[in-house]
Amino acid sequence: MTGTPPDARAQRTADVHEYTLRLADDSLILSHRLAEWAAHAPQLEEDLALTNIGLDLLGQARALLTYAAELGDDQKYRDEDDLAYLRSEQEFRCCLLVQQPNDDDFGLTMVRQLFFSAYQVPLFERLSGSKDATLAAVAAKGVKEARYHLEHASGWVIRLGDGTEESHRRVQESVDRLWPYVGELFESDELLQRLGAVGIAAEPAALHQVWDDAVTRVLTEATLTVPTAVFKPGTGRAGRHSEALGFLLAEMQYLHRLHPGARW
Amino acid sequence: MSTSADWPARRQGSEDPSVADEGDDAQARRDRGAEPWALFEVFVRARRGLSHNHVGSLHAPDPTMALQNARDLYTRRQEGVSIWVVRSTDITASSPDEKDAFFEPAADKIYRHPTFYDVPDGVQM
Amino acid sequence: MDAEADLQQHFDELIEADVRIEPRDWMPEAYRKTLIRQIAQHAHSEIIGMQPEGNWITRAPSLRRKAILMAKVQDEAGHGQYLYSAAETLGISREQMLHLLHAGKHKYSSIFNYPTLSWADMGSIGWLVDGAAIMNQVPLCRCSYGPYARAMIRVCKEESFHQRQGYEILYTLSHGTPEQKAMAQESVDRWWWPSLMMFGPPDSESSHTEQSMAWKIKRHTNDELRQKFVDMCVQQAEVLGLTLPDPDLAWNEERGHYDFGEIDWDELYRVIKGNGPCNKQRLDLRVAAHDNGRWVREAASAYAAKRDKPATPDRDNPATPGRDNPATPERVA
Repeated sequence: MTGTPPDARAQRTADVHEYTLRLADDSLILSHRLAEWAAHAPQLEEDLALTNIGLDLLGQARALLTYAAELGDDQKYRDEDDLAYLRSEQEFRCCLLVQQPNDDDFGLTMVRQLFFSAYQVPLFERLSGSKDATLAAVAAKGVKEARYHLEHASGWVIRLGDGTEESHRRVQESVDRLWPYVGELFESDELLQRLGAVGIAAEPAALHQVWDDAVTRVLTEATLTVPTAVFKPGTGRAGRHSEALGFLLAEMQYLHRLHPGARW
Repeated sequence: MSTSADWPARRQGSEDPSVADEGDDAQARRDRGAEPWALFEVFVRARRGLSHNHVGSLHAPDPTMALQNARDLYTRRQEGVSIWVVRSTDITASSPDEKDAFFEPAADKIYRHPTFYDVPDGVQM
Repeated sequence: MDAEADLQQHFDELIEADVRIEPRDWMPEAYRKTLIRQIAQHAHSEIIGMQPEGNWITRAPSLRRKAILMAKVQDEAGHGQYLYSAAETLGISREQMLHLLHAGKHKYSSIFNYPTLSWADMGSIGWLVDGAAIMNQVPLCRCSYGPYARAMIRVCKEESFHQRQGYEILYTLSHGTPEQKAMAQESVDRWWWPSLMMFGPPDSESSHTEQSMAWKIKRHTNDELRQKFVDMCVQQAEVLGLTLPDPDLAWNEERGHYDFGEIDWDELYRVIKGNGPCNKQRLDLRVAAHDNGRWVREAASAYAAKRDKPATPDRDNPATPGRDNPATPERVA
């Protein structure tokens, strides 16, 4: 970027920083939700599977937060833990989908995972060719993980959808309930357009068709009805979240904040 | 009667109330209202060049899930490059009662082992 | 000699020769029942043991600690699985064992009926509880029953990181801020005595020890292992800079061991009988998780039943030595 003027370079760094936080926070918050299942899964085997997915996502989050801390010019947040534990709700950049509570409902958890992983797979496939080497490396590793998550979640949504009457009813309700949160994943904005134009970010609109095909295939095989578009609940990318995030952060951050500056 | 390799040939009766009465499978099923998930035996190839080895078992509703569960359970520390899962009930095993007839005839055929043969000193084999 | 006596003699010879007993071998009914009780109790302990630590995953104070704790609790689920599998080879199903646990008819280790009240408890559980467990478990790798011994080899291999991460947590805390050090000491004060109780009642009162040792299910007595544990912990506590809450703890030159104070056995029996601080809470949560997952398990079974034509694509075409990839091996890295 030798030919880039200093102002533009600063803008670029700020953009990548912001974009990295979006990616990191999605993985961080979803991994937290999955971790809440520990010792609560419907079958011992599934306890292991949920934790594996959660650990993959946490690994992605840590790599991305570390990178974001490097890029950020804010001395307040010097490492992954500062970013995870000291930011306010409004500073988080995750989408609303990943914040949605488990409600002790395994079906809801798997639908959320299906919706998210069906987005993360094509996102990471494209990002692994990003001009930003760090994002490309995280995505190249993450895409293999995401493919497995997608396969696992698809398998469950199909089994629950085409299982018993009760499971069909319950998982259809989960699909309907989470569907409104999908739109946000594919919304573009100026930041994404700027980074897309220089080959750093993946333009979300381009992912939508892939997502639609994958999810429709799964829901159809699961004998579930694909909902039609509805209202748009909020914009996590801009820091306007659902109520659930505040409670999640209160629990996640309290101990770290109780001991300022301590090492763990 | 199950013929699984690691499964007793017969469900042995037990007078221990903690084992037989309360823990009765039928009772457990009534409580659950469904058949329990099937037992699968898991075989893992630790690395290329080795054969698959039996590592244990797990429960799953079907073979596809069994394979995913096996991956999460038995290879989470990179213990394998390939996995087989087999329904435990699909394994036919030799019976301990056949032990002598099955295996002892091989015992005196020591000429099948390389150590049976003398090799002159200095020969590299 | 009648057939039963013949079988008994063959079994005794195998035990005597230190050869493993395998699932389809003849075995005395009492041996089988002892093993079922012990392995099931061990498996139950692993899955109930996920709860006190699972408590703190969502509050872990750093992302590194969070990842470690998730992996550790996951290992416990895995160990529960290995052990249920081993017990299942004795002719009892996991369903049955869970039913017995949920009905309060099977026990699990009483240590998990104590609450985890601070982050430092993640350290104490790793250092003391896992430390005591390892001491109990390592000899089980040579247990006379093959599937149990093999499961324990796996468990011990994986557990080795558990104790270390616990020690590391306490070391970091005891060398951190004054508040952190106090947190560590308070936690060790609470966990020390219960962890000594993990080795079971004194040899003089242990009803199962003698027979279990004769069968080579057990290799050391409760008191031997407890002494070994105390001897190990004293030096490790010094390095931590923490004190063990026992004024009678002192080196005994003559015995070559540390003497330690009287254990409150009444407390142990109280907790075993169900009157510990968290007995009800732990079991209720376990039962609730099981009940709450019923519709999921039923759905998966129903789905499988609908498709149970040739259930496996490979059932008609089984794996042979020439065909190494029965399913979709590219999925299983």
